[in-house]
Amino acid sequence: MGKNLGTRLAIIIGVLLVFAYGIVGIPHGGLKQSIADRIHLGLDLQGGIHLVLKVHVTEAVNAETDRDVQRLNTELATYTATATKPNAADAADSEKSSQQGFDVAKANMIQIAGGSANQQSDIRGVLNGQEYANYDVNSTGSGYTMVLKQQAIRDTESRTLDVSIETIRERIDKLGTLEPVVEKYGLGDDQILLELPGVFDPAKVEQIIETTPKLAIHEVIGNPYPDPTQALAAIGGVLPPDEEIVTGGNGMGGPDQSWVLKRASVVEGTDFRDAQPSTDENGRPDIRFSLTTDAGERFYKYTSSNVGNAMAVVLDNRVREVATINSAIRDDGQITGGFTQEQAESLSQALRSGSIPATITQIETRVVGPSLGSQSIHDGVMASVIGMLVVMVFMLVYYKGAGINADLALMLNLLILLGFMGYTHSTLTLPGIAGVILTIGMGVDSNVLIFERIREELRSGKNSAAALQDGFNHAWITIVDTHVTTVVSAGILFLFGTGPVKGFAVTLTLGLLANIFTAVFVSRTIFDWLLSKKERGAALSI
Amino acid sequence: MEFFRSSNIDWLGKKWYFLGFSLIFSVAGVFSMLLWHGVPRGVDFKGGTRITVEFASAPHEDHIRAALSAAGLSSAGVQRISGANGKAANDVEIALPETSDAAHDAGRAQVENALQANYHDSTFTVQQVDIVGPTAGKQLTRQAGFAVLYSLIGMLIYLWFRFELIYGVAAVVAVFHDTLITVGAFSLTNQEITLTVIAAILTLVGYSMNDTIVVFDRIRENLALSRRETLSSVVNRSINQTLSRTVLTSGLTFLTVLCLYLFGGEVLHGFSFALVIGILIGTYSSIAVAAPMLVAYQDWRQARGKRVSLPAAKGAR
Repeated sequence: MGKNLGTRLAIIIGVLLVFAYGIVGIPHGGLKQSIADRIHLGLDLQGGIHLVLKVHVTEAVNAETDRDVQRLNTELATYTATATKPNAADAADSEKSSQQGFDVAKANMIQIAGGSANQQSDIRGVLNGQEYANYDVNSTGSGYTMVLKQQAIRDTESRTLDVSIETIRERIDKLGTLEPVVEKYGLGDDQILLELPGVFDPAKVEQIIETTPKLAIHEVIGNPYPDPTQALAAIGGVLPPDEEIVTGGNGMGGPDQSWVLKRASVVEGTDFRDAQPSTDENGRPDIRFSLTTDAGERFYKYTSSNVGNAMAVVLDNRVREVATINSAIRDDGQITGGFTQEQAESLSQALRSGSIPATITQIETRVVGPSLGSQSIHDGVMASVIGMLVVMVFMLVYYKGAGINADLALMLNLLILLGFMGYTHSTLTLPGIAGVILTIGMGVDSNVLIFERIREELRSGKNSAAALQDGFNHAWITIVDTHVTTVVSAGILFLFGTGPVKGFAVTLTLGLLANIFTAVFVSRTIFDWLLSKKERGAALSI
Repeated sequence: MEFFRSSNIDWLGKKWYFLGFSLIFSVAGVFSMLLWHGVPRGVDFKGGTRITVEFASAPHEDHIRAALSAAGLSSAGVQRISGANGKAANDVEIALPETSDAAHDAGRAQVENALQANYHDSTFTVQQVDIVGPTAGKQLTRQAGFAVLYSLIGMLIYLWFRFELIYGVAAVVAVFHDTLITVGAFSLTNQEITLTVIAAILTLVGYSMNDTIVVFDRIRENLALSRRETLSSVVNRSINQTLSRTVLTSGLTFLTVLCLYLFGGEVLHGFSFALVIGILIGTYSSIAVAAPMLVAYQDWRQARGKRVSLPAAKGAR
């Protein structure tokens, strides 16, 4: 043993230095600052807002099929056939469509009817076209049904989620929030986790999410009505599946009116390439926009064949402007929506940073106030220090000389734990501090196991060296078993836990892994070192 | 210094007392869960809004209630929180029942406005807000259930692999017993179970398992050494041999957790309460539930005329 004792001491000192570096680095600008740079505080210690958002991805799928219905109707017009979505109203109802068990495919079914018998093969040919490759086409005898394929639905949904995350991230960056977290969340494919340190007003968050403008241009059918009831009555009491009634102003002021609009938009959200606040010829604030090439093409086709008809600019389900199409427009236009200067600026800014293709709602919000966080740190550190002192004093009293050994191991254990967190940039949360405290309690268990075993071996008449050897060997098996089970439960906690609880799993696991090293390797080395300095057969202080 | 130099207690002889003790606490807990307080779920699982407000001076709960009622929030629960160490704190928790996902943040805004407008005793600051919508509540409940279930299964498999199935079953029964009594304690004292409490329960699952394994390891070791001794005498001896360690470790862990309970602040109160109860019960259950189950299993096999085969050799080195 004596020979490699030096090597082992060197390893321990090396580990000590490496992890001490992990905690503070090369200190510059004060110790406290160095630690703060390396160990990140969780939202519950720092204060801020934690949000789980739900993106109503079904809406995006619904919008996609709406566009296809519109395109189909243009292409099928020559055969006097029409495409409709029988379940359009249900699909547009985001509350309903987000319910479990709601059949998305059913909501995204398109029915094609009409056309004479000898035109059917031509119609079928249109339906089998490249643009509709995402659909399963079936013949129903009197016509066809087209159902969007599951894979296409999933693709659209995940793209919607990605675009939403990207857009939210851009907007938050503009606000200048430090170290925000925006990521996919949970087991579902439609949730976003948003963490904003240093933001305390939930209403402010609501602005980020809810001022997300859903801008679209729709075709107007007929004249405005004073309210939705009269609009419905005027078209015979039943709203066709491809139409909707939207209320709002026409940008000239005056009372609200209701219009009957085509449900499918001509251009919307992601089609806008740029938007700038401006003023119209009468000096009123307006927004000048330009469309992407693709959307511009579509817009040109639509406007050129609808000169003289009206189109409505709908913002967040409210009509902002109704304008008559005077000439074909390709990719530049303006919206005069009765905006104030401020509205025009914030709206065009929002349009520039990208639109979110579906409604987003908050499903979980947690705010930790600024003073609560620092109070928690104070309490947590206090509890840790007191707990640690109690344990250390007890070990000294109960195991005398070996108590020093255990206390050294304990301190090294903490050092490694914090150093590791520094290296991996783990986040320390309040339950994480609790994990540190538990590590102290459970970490000392390994020492107790070993020491008790050594005492037992000594009692059975073995000399110090043999008792050490056997004590460590016997306790080792138990230590492995106990650590594995705890790490298993901490691991599961990590997988299923959220935010702060995850932090607890991290510190507990790291603490226990470090404990195997400190309680077994370090303690053993210290014992061996003590023995090597003693007379042969001298008693061990334990 | 040494506490238990050579304890020689007949633990298995006291199994009926243990059974009685465990039954009283489990049944009391179950009764409370079924008939009295139910399982008091916190806002994390139940959904709803919880707002912790700190007032500049000692708050008057009736005035707060009046302020909220005036704004039409008569369904709000108002509860004063006592600070750490029973120190008076000026914190009040205001709870609103669950609404739809659509009206997510409405409750919080209403409460803040109502206090702003109608409460004139002192100024206040909002310390903490938790709003959990119906979707999230369901999701969190499911996650918590799965987490506890999977960790029990994980332990069972590990023990099966390291020892034998019966060891795993005995340990999992003991841990389940601990979980039941701990949740029962929350029900009896009507404290809310939150996400961090679930974390504490999982920790306790790991901890109680630790304790049981230490005893089991010793039983396995002793069985390998002395084949002629009866199982109950081996189990008794193993418990006595590890008693000193069991009491010391539990005592020390208990002390650290007690520090957390006393000094760790309000936010971790439920968490440390679960651990305080759990560590006591977890230690008890290794001796009083898990070990006697091994003996009971063997007796049962013997009574049916099967080979007595509590395995010792596997894995023992």
